[in-house]
Amino acid sequence: MPPISRGFRGRRRDDAPSDRVPPGQYVTDDFPVLSAGPTPHTSLDDWDLTITGEVDGLKRWSWDEFRALPSEPITVDIHCVTKWSKLDSEWEGVPIDTLLDGVDTTAEYVVAFCDGGYTTNLPLEDLTEGKAWIAFAFGGEPLDPEHGGPARLLVPHLYFWKSAKWVRGLRLAATDEPGFWEQNGYHNYGDPWKEQRYWGD
Amino acid sequence: MDALMLDGNAAAGLLHEIFGSEMTTAVGTCDGCGTAGEVGGVHLYRGAGLAFRCPHCGNVLMKIVVGDERVWVDFRGLRALQLNG
Amino acid sequence: MEGTAVLGRLNWRAAKVVELTPETSQTKTITFDVPGWPGHRAGQHVDVRLTADDGYQAERSYSIASAADGPRIDLTVERLDDGEVSPYLTDELRTGDVIELRGPVGGYFVWNPQAEGTVFLVGGGSGVVPLMAMARQRALERSGIPTRLLYSARSWDDVIYRDELAELTARRDGFDVVYTLTRAQPAGWDGYSRRVDTDMLGEVGPVSSELAVAFVCGPTPFVEAVASGLVELGHEPARIKTERFGPTGG
Repeated sequence: MPPISRGFRGRRRDDAPSDRVPPGQYVTDDFPVLSAGPTPHTSLDDWDLTITGEVDGLKRWSWDEFRALPSEPITVDIHCVTKWSKLDSEWEGVPIDTLLDGVDTTAEYVVAFCDGGYTTNLPLEDLTEGKAWIAFAFGGEPLDPEHGGPARLLVPHLYFWKSAKWVRGLRLAATDEPGFWEQNGYHNYGDPWKEQRYWGD
Repeated sequence: MDALMLDGNAAAGLLHEIFGSEMTTAVGTCDGCGTAGEVGGVHLYRGAGLAFRCPHCGNVLMKIVVGDERVWVDFRGLRALQLNG
Repeated sequence: MEGTAVLGRLNWRAAKVVELTPETSQTKTITFDVPGWPGHRAGQHVDVRLTADDGYQAERSYSIASAADGPRIDLTVERLDDGEVSPYLTDELRTGDVIELRGPVGGYFVWNPQAEGTVFLVGGGSGVVPLMAMARQRALERSGIPTRLLYSARSWDDVIYRDELAELTARRDGFDVVYTLTRAQPAGWDGYSRRVDTDMLGEVGPVSSELAVAFVCGPTPFVEAVASGLVELGHEPARIKTERFGPTGG
């Protein structure tokens, strides 16, 4: 182990219940901003959300149509692969189940695609049954662009790189297609409780 | 651009550790637009991993993920990298 | 990015604090003794790594403030109130403490004037640190290369290295400093009192045909504004070297 820096603690909490902190994680009250590219600034007039791919016809919502869908408050713990965890984060969003309502598909996989070109892949079953949302508000306020606004994918049971910022749609696919980070070292699935950070973990 | 952005030079230590030599003065050619420039001057973003982007067209030149014992580097966005003696 | 020396080709070295020198109310210079230090070039930086007793690590980069001086290097650190590393370095470190650092690195942003002409250094806040290393190296080498520093600080009390900059200017060897104080100015101030903009760069900097190289350093928004201003004035982008410190300045 490297030499200890006398008196250094860092800015993290050490009072969190351990059953809520996955292995190797540190709890923060901040919300660090991490990004693989510049913050997009898509106007709400130009924004849409689509479900495409192995479906019987594209489903599409404009911003107004999306916001007219039933949404719900969400309080969840989130875990970033860079080792910070944030407990009881408060969001509001539309369940993916709502978006997939009436969608007939044999697809087992999803690629989330975003403004700026970011992608991430997930099994379809990890987005359904109340496990995921398209979130448009955080902490009672409209989601900040630097945190993914106007809307981001929210999949709290997986490492947070899967909660793609600036999401513009989900493409349902028959085969798994590793996304932006999954192609380059990050684990294809990413379960924080099994510490699946990198390939082969 | 973006308040979070850094220059490639900010990753000089990591790049030296990975490649074994000073990399910020290496000249990369973007596979997207053909622009060439020093790695130290490209646009660096810190997400789950590092993404180095072409200052001219925004194309991802390089991605780096540092694991516990392994490092992954994706160079697909670089058509060529010229290392000077 | 944290972790042990991944492929072992540039190692973390132990650096011992030998001196602590407050510069301004928010900045402090820390002098380290680094056994085996290979020397460095003005403008380079080091990565500093701190490890807590439970293994938690944090890493940040800091520009080297000093010119080459055997095994000793100076870092000048600005204390950010909500920072994780800077308050530790400025408030907690004592002489004799040892921290890890990796470097020197960053050959892209170094004092090495090749072309003819004037060197234009533009620094915002703690962005002046690597530029000061360059001014010190220039003085050490007795280089007569015309060099102008445009230094943007919030107030006169926030100007780091104030006396030394005055002394370097007094040598009348081709080095001078122009200040802009953006938030508060002392009584009788007749210098600039606004954020650096294209007009100021045009008035203070050399014309494009006379620029050897420009080094711009500071918070990312500052660097963005200056770099685009210089391009607007007709300077060649390849002659503008930037070192962005990120949103808060490092």
